[in-house]
Parts: sequence; C-alpha cells; structure tokens
Amino acid sequence: MKNPKKNISSTTGGGAAAGMRVIVPLQGVVQGRGGLFFGSVIPCALFYFLQLYLRRRSDPAPPPDTEPENSSGTLQRVQSRSSLPSPRGSSGPAQVSSRANSVVKQGADGPYYLGLKRVEEDPYHQLDNPGGVIQLGLAENRLVLDLVEEWLSDSAKELSISGITTYHPFDGLIELKIAAAGFMSQVIEGPHLFNPEQIVLTAGATPAIEMLIFSLADPGNAFLVPAPYSPDLDGDVKWRTGVEIIPVPCRSADNFSLSITSLDRAFNQAKKRGVKIRGIILSNPSNPVGILYNRETLYDLMDFATEKNIHIISNELFIGSTNGSDKFVSMAEIIETEDFDRIRVHIVYGLSNDLSLPGLRIALIYTFNEHVLSASKKLARFSSVSVPTQHLLISMLSDTKFVRQTIEVSRERLQRMRNEFVNGLKELGIECVNSCGGFICWADMSSLIKSYSEKGELDLWDKLLNNAKINALPGSPCHCVEPGWFGLCFTTLSEGDIPLVIQRVRGVSETCRSPS
Amino acid sequence: MAIEIETPSVSLSKVALSETHGEDSPYFAGWKAYDENPYDELNNPSGVIQMGLAENQVSFDLLEQYLEQHSELAANSGRSSTSSFRENALFQDYHGLQSFRKAMASFMEQIRGGRAKFDPDRIVITAGATAANELLTFILADPGDALLIPTPYYPGFDRDLRWRTGVNIIPVHCQSSNNFEITPEALEAAYNEAESKNIKVKGLLITNPSNPLGATIKRSNLKKILEFVTRKNIHLISDEIYSGSSFSCDEFVSISQILAEQNYKDSERVHVVYSLSKDLGLPGFRVGTIYSYNDDVVRTARRMSSFTLISSQTQQLLASMLSDKRFTENYIRVNRERLKKRYEMIIDGLRNAGIACLNGNAGLFCWVNLSSLLLEPTMECELELWKLILYEVRLNISPGSSCHCLEPGWFRVCFANMSENTLEIALRRIHDFMDRMRKVKISLQ
Repeated sequence: MKNPKKNISSTTGGGAAAGMRVIVPLQGVVQGRGGLFFGSVIPCALFYFLQLYLRRRSDPAPPPDTEPENSSGTLQRVQSRSSLPSPRGSSGPAQVSSRANSVVKQGADGPYYLGLKRVEEDPYHQLDNPGGVIQLGLAENRLVLDLVEEWLSDSAKELSISGITTYHPFDGLIELKIAAAGFMSQVIEGPHLFNPEQIVLTAGATPAIEMLIFSLADPGNAFLVPAPYSPDLDGDVKWRTGVEIIPVPCRSADNFSLSITSLDRAFNQAKKRGVKIRGIILSNPSNPVGILYNRETLYDLMDFATEKNIHIISNELFIGSTNGSDKFVSMAEIIETEDFDRIRVHIVYGLSNDLSLPGLRIALIYTFNEHVLSASKKLARFSSVSVPTQHLLISMLSDTKFVRQTIEVSRERLQRMRNEFVNGLKELGIECVNSCGGFICWADMSSLIKSYSEKGELDLWDKLLNNAKINALPGSPCHCVEPGWFGLCFTTLSEGDIPLVIQRVRGVSETCRSPS
Repeated sequence: MAIEIETPSVSLSKVALSETHGEDSPYFAGWKAYDENPYDELNNPSGVIQMGLAENQVSFDLLEQYLEQHSELAANSGRSSTSSFRENALFQDYHGLQSFRKAMASFMEQIRGGRAKFDPDRIVITAGATAANELLTFILADPGDALLIPTPYYPGFDRDLRWRTGVNIIPVHCQSSNNFEITPEALEAAYNEAESKNIKVKGLLITNPSNPLGATIKRSNLKKILEFVTRKNIHLISDEIYSGSSFSCDEFVSISQILAEQNYKDSERVHVVYSLSKDLGLPGFRVGTIYSYNDDVVRTARRMSSFTLISSQTQQLLASMLSDKRFTENYIRVNRERLKKRYEMIIDGLRNAGIACLNGNAGLFCWVNLSSLLLEPTMECELELWKLILYEVRLNISPGSSCHCLEPGWFRVCFANMSENTLEIALRRIHDFMDRMRKVKISLQ
C-alpha cells in the first residue's frame, strides 16, 4: 500500500523530528530544563499519543490522505500503485522535498487545523444551520461588512480597463501606497505621518512576514517571539525559510505582558546553544491576547534590540480594533520620536481586516532600512496584489469620511460585543484578560479542565468542538505555557449569537464542573 | 528626500544581499534604457521600441468589450446579491473559490481543444506563474538540489527558481542544428553532469510552448521527456503559460494530453503551471495556477499558497468571465489568429532584411538568428551587438546569452506588445540597420 510519507521519513529523519518539534510547544526548552532534546521529546511523545487519542475519539473525519473526490477526479487517481516497481527499487514515485514533507505532516492533526476543518464541514448559520459549529477560532472581523457593502453600492465604482493589461511595479501602485499611508495615519489618530516611499504592498500579511524573515535571517537562525502568539506565525516564519522561532513565554500573573528579563534569558539560552538570534517579532495589539504594548515597553524593546544588535518586526495588523483606556502606540511613532536607529525596525500593517474585507488580502511592509526595502520590492513579485483590487482599495481608502465613520463604528461595535461576551463568560466563572485591542477574548478556562496539563486543555477543546459545537483556539498551538487558556474571536458573530454561544459554553462548563 | 545607504550595521540575510535577483543582467538593463527613452508614436517617435517584453496586447479590445458589456461585474457593487458579496468579502480560504477553479479548469480544457480534462480540486491558485514556479521548486527540491532546464530558457527562472529556494539550475543544452529540440542525449548529459558534482536532480522543468523559442514541443519529444523523468524517477514541471498563444489548437500538445492517452500512468510526477498573464493579456491581475497529479503536492501547495493568494474579488471576476464559454471560445480563436498574423508579419519583415528566424508556431516572440553580424562567435560580441541595436537602432531585444543559449548571436524579439504601426516602424529600422551593416561589410572588403 502506497505510503509516501513512510518512505520519505526514512530518508529524512531530521525532517520528521523537526516536523514534530514544530507542533509541540517548546516548554522544556524555554524553561531551560533538559535541553533541546528532552524538551521536545517528552511533550512530543505526549502530543503524539494525544493526537492518536483525539483522532480515535473524534468523528470519522476523512483522514488527511483522502480529499473528498469528484467523480471526475477518480480517473486521475494514481494508477501507478499497481504498476511495476521502478527499476531503482521500491522507493516509490518521485518524492517531495523534506521541506514540503514537514509541512504535510505538521498541523494536519493539530487542533488549529482540525478545528478549521470542522467548521468548514458544518458551519453555523443562524437560519440555515443553527446547530452547526460556531467559529471562534479565526481572527476575522465581520462587524462593519454592512457599511462597506453600502459604500460599494453607493460608489458603484467601475473597473477601469486601462492599466490592467500591463505589468505594474510588483510592490504596488504608488496611488495605493499614498492612500494606505493616509489610512494608517487616520486610524492611529496620532500626529504621525507615514512615508509612502517606505511601503511595499503584499498579498496579505503572511507573505509580508515571510519576506522580512527571508531578508533578515539565514536558515538556522532564530527569532524571539513573545508567547502566546498566533499559530499562523509558525507557518509564516518557518515553513520555507529554515528559520526558527524561540517562544518567550508571558504569564497570566503579568497579564501576559512581555518582560525584558524573559527576553534576555531566552536570548542568552539561545546563544549558549549556538543559535543566532536575528530579531524579535511582536504583534501589537498582541494576537491572540489582545493587549497593547505601552510606550515604555517599546522603548525598552528598542534598547534591548540595540544592545544585542538585532531587528524588530512589529506586526500591527489590527490597529483599527483598538479602543478603551489604553492608547495604541505604533512602532513607527517610536522610531520617529526618539533617537533610535530606524534601520532595525520593520512593521507589517494589514489593510483588509479593519474594513471587514479579509478576502481582499492586502498588507504592507513599512521599513526605513533601504536594503530590506530594496530586497522586499524585488521579492514582492511572488506575492503581488491584483491591480483591480488595488484600484478598489485606492477608492475606498481615499474616502476619508467613509474611513473615519467606519473605524468609529467598528470600534464601537467591537467594544460592545467584547463587553457583552466577556460579561457572559464571567457569569460562567470564566475570566478574560482585560484587553484593549484585537478581535479575541483570551479566556481562562483552566477551572474547567480535569488535569492541569496540555492534555487536559485539549480534552476541553475537544468537548467544546464536538459537544458544544464551538471551535475555540486552545492555548497550546499558540505556545501558551499555562494550560487552560482559550482564544475566542467574537467578531464573526452577530450580537444575537452571543447568548447562544454563552449557552453552549455553559453546557460544557456544567459538565466539567459537575462531580463525575 | 535622499536617504543615505550605509553599510548595514544590523546584519541582513544572504538572500537579501545576494545578486540572484539578477536585476543587473542585460535582460533588465535593456528595460532601463527603454524606461529612460520610451518610444511614443506622437511624442517620441525616435525613442526606444520595447521588443524585450513578452506582453500580449493584440486582443485587448475583446477584453474591453467583455468588461463593458458586463459592467456589473467590474463595478463590484453591492448590486450583486448580498450573500455573494459577503462570501466574496470574507473569503480567504487557500483552496480558492470553487467557481474560479472550475472556470480555470474549463478554460484550460478549451485551450487544449478538450483533449485533456482538468479536475478543479487539483488546481492550486497563486499570484502569478512566477509564484507558482517558485512554490513548486520549494515543494519538490531542498536547498542544494537541482532542477534541469533546457536552454535557451526564460531569464527570470534564474531568480524565480533559485533565489529564496536555494535550489540550483543545471542547463540542458540544446542546439540550433536540430532546431533547439530537447533530446534524450542532452537530458542524460545534464543529469550526469549533476551527478558528477554530487548534486541531486529533483526534476526537469520544460516550458511548452517554449520561451524564448516561440515553438511548441513535438509530441514525440514529449514522450521521450516523460520516459526520461520516469526512468530517473524525478519530477516534471510543464510551464504551459503560452498554451493559449499557440497559433493553432492542433499545433500544441500538452503533457496532460500525453498522460490522458496513457491513462495517467506515472502521472504523479507531473505538474503543470499556468497563468492568465500571457494568453489573456492580464498580467496586472496576478493570476497563476499549479495543476498537479500528485496528492501530496496539491495538499502542500495549497497550504503554502497562503504566501501568494489571489484576492477574492479578482477570483470572482475571472470566474464569471472564464465560465462564459461564448466569450472564451471566441477569445481563444481570435487571439490565436491575430498572433499568427503578427508572427507572419515580423517573419516577412525580417526575411526581407536578410534575417533568418527559427520556425515558430506559438508565443509572443520569435527567435532570431543574428550570428552573421557577429565579428566573432563569442558572447562578448553578442553583447556588443545587443548594445549596438539598443542604442543605435533603438530597439530593446533580448540577447540569447541572458537565456543561457550556448550559441552566440540568437535574440528573442517580441511582437505582441505593440500596435501594428509600431511593429512596422521597428521592422523598417531593422531593415535600414541591416542595409547599413551590409554597406559597412562591403566597404571593409
């Protein structure tokens, strides 16, 4: 029976181990116990058995090997299975690279991808499928979709045929750079002005982050990343670059804020192991926790980066989602106002999330480092934005009145939704981190888990998914060191859905708390 | 505001500092010269005519007409049903819109005259063929491995396939003596060269129809190529980005047809790359696809396509356009006719000027032999000639050396990115230039 994965793992042993290490939180490593090997093997084995356990327990979702087939697809199913073995022996048909292999193995069984898959198969819909799985595990903003829709029908912009038939600068039209610069200034509400010439537009934040990694680090190097962090970052940073992430855990006792001491410790531990740290990657507002970095911390970070002579990548993807008492401070402001070396800071902004248009997939890199800018401009050819999409966004972003109103409404709705959600959870005895940004409530559900461990957490995730039909984001794929924390994104819901969600969670929480 | 470039005090990666982006090669230098002094019929009739850019503008009017008639699509207004707007706005699934993939599959089938079938679930979307080729390279090869590529080949491959991937290219040298056809001997020689250097060959990449040759690969050669890759147990990437630009449907044979004929035996090693930039003349849309017969590759490519997705707005627009069979059938037919006419026009013009070309039957360019003009059959002389043509004749054409052609004196000349008038002027300039060269030769004798 053909199983190319089996064949491949025998020839790329390192690849297989690396693949496993990728899924597993590097708790042992970070806490300095037992070194890299033991740090990964034990949680590795645990995770492996857990996945086996989960797989057997969950619905018979089709195993990753088989995709749902159309009848026309069957003809193209491999016939060579039955063909004569190749003269070179039974190594099977041409294999994929070990890079690809680790991607195929990794994540297919993890809660992050499994959860997304379940929602795909059985998505909740208020009218059409009220019993479906409610998606709370994906940071998507639908709150101002109605306003955008209205704008589009009012503005009735015609697609200009001119210009779409020729090649354009891969890093984006200058008109969009200018419009984006204006948009960001508006949203941040500071005196800060962005320079369009320092912008490279990309088809989403994922390629932007990857491009920066490629420009700043060689294979084998690493970045320090405050954890918990978005599971997407693992793929964005590591898949194709050969670069590693070293999580720097932040603790609930500190409200998940970053301590420079932990950063320093992680840096030194890496150095001892001979791993070269190239920079720090932070998200602000942090994803998934949703807190903002205050000015002082950002200054401390700059000092740290200067002292170690490393870069800072600041993912500022949700700047339109900030509200409440804390004011958002962009890295762009920090490097303007103080005597810091601008060339070590690179910022990624998202343009589509704040306007409820994630499907448009536009983000940008903002940097004053001319080498990085130049490399990014050339790399942009691999992830350029369609010209018609750029034109649409130029119109939209240049309508400053629309932008102001939409962001205002978005912030209002966000705050309302967040408060309602947080209060609802509070009634169930579930506390959330007091966050001022982002689309996610970072909730402490540790009182609901039987064993205070990753296994316990995943057990609860499984219950939430299969019993309560809620896809929540568990802390382990986010590399959270304290079990029991879950991310619940509330911006895909309508207000009317919140009581339903709370009710479903109540169901699970009651089962968990009742003496069994 | 000038920003001084200093030596980086914070270090950068090897990728950032490498020259593999190749933007200092003559291929790109010619573009710079054009940018500084571009030809314009009214404003700058003596400017440089760009014949180094493979863009298709001959069927632009058909597109314009379609978009005008279907302005509700183009306007992207909320007049389309609310639910579809919502889906569109929120859609960020790396599978790509089902309707778009279906439309692409059917378009690809039409181009091949229905002689091959494409399953929409095997289509992975990317932001252009550039990204598709790079993505496949990441998936099929590890750093240090190699891909075999027949020469002459598209200069962009040096960058697209090697820069970030760390993969090498081993050229498979083809000769003018047999019209630059790919032979099993050449393939073996290249493979053995790799082996002798201890480099692992992971696949062969062919462009069919070929850039820069402007010719399709013969059916018999495709079969031999398939035998070769099967025997060596390596992958085959078939970049068919110019498939809709073959002058007649019958002339072009796709690897997918060969596979269909042999019941998809050994198809797991084959991957087809396609894009709308050339055939539809929509490079600004950034639309590319990988079609793979290998489940692992499809799955991995799909995940990794998150680095290079197409906006849902563009997908939806194209889904409508490409599933309009009346439009696509007409477009494909008319586009082919017009390209053929252009080709014949340029071939005639060149022949009258005493210049020979390779027999072409596809693409947006012809492969021209100017070796008789070289003082000596060397690359240096070829570059001198290229410079002469660029600055004296004011035509930007691409020298064969940038395409890794072993024999000096060959040039790629594009004909589809300009009006017929401009092409005539270019031909006249060439004619005059050849006259002058002949007179110089005579006076030297």
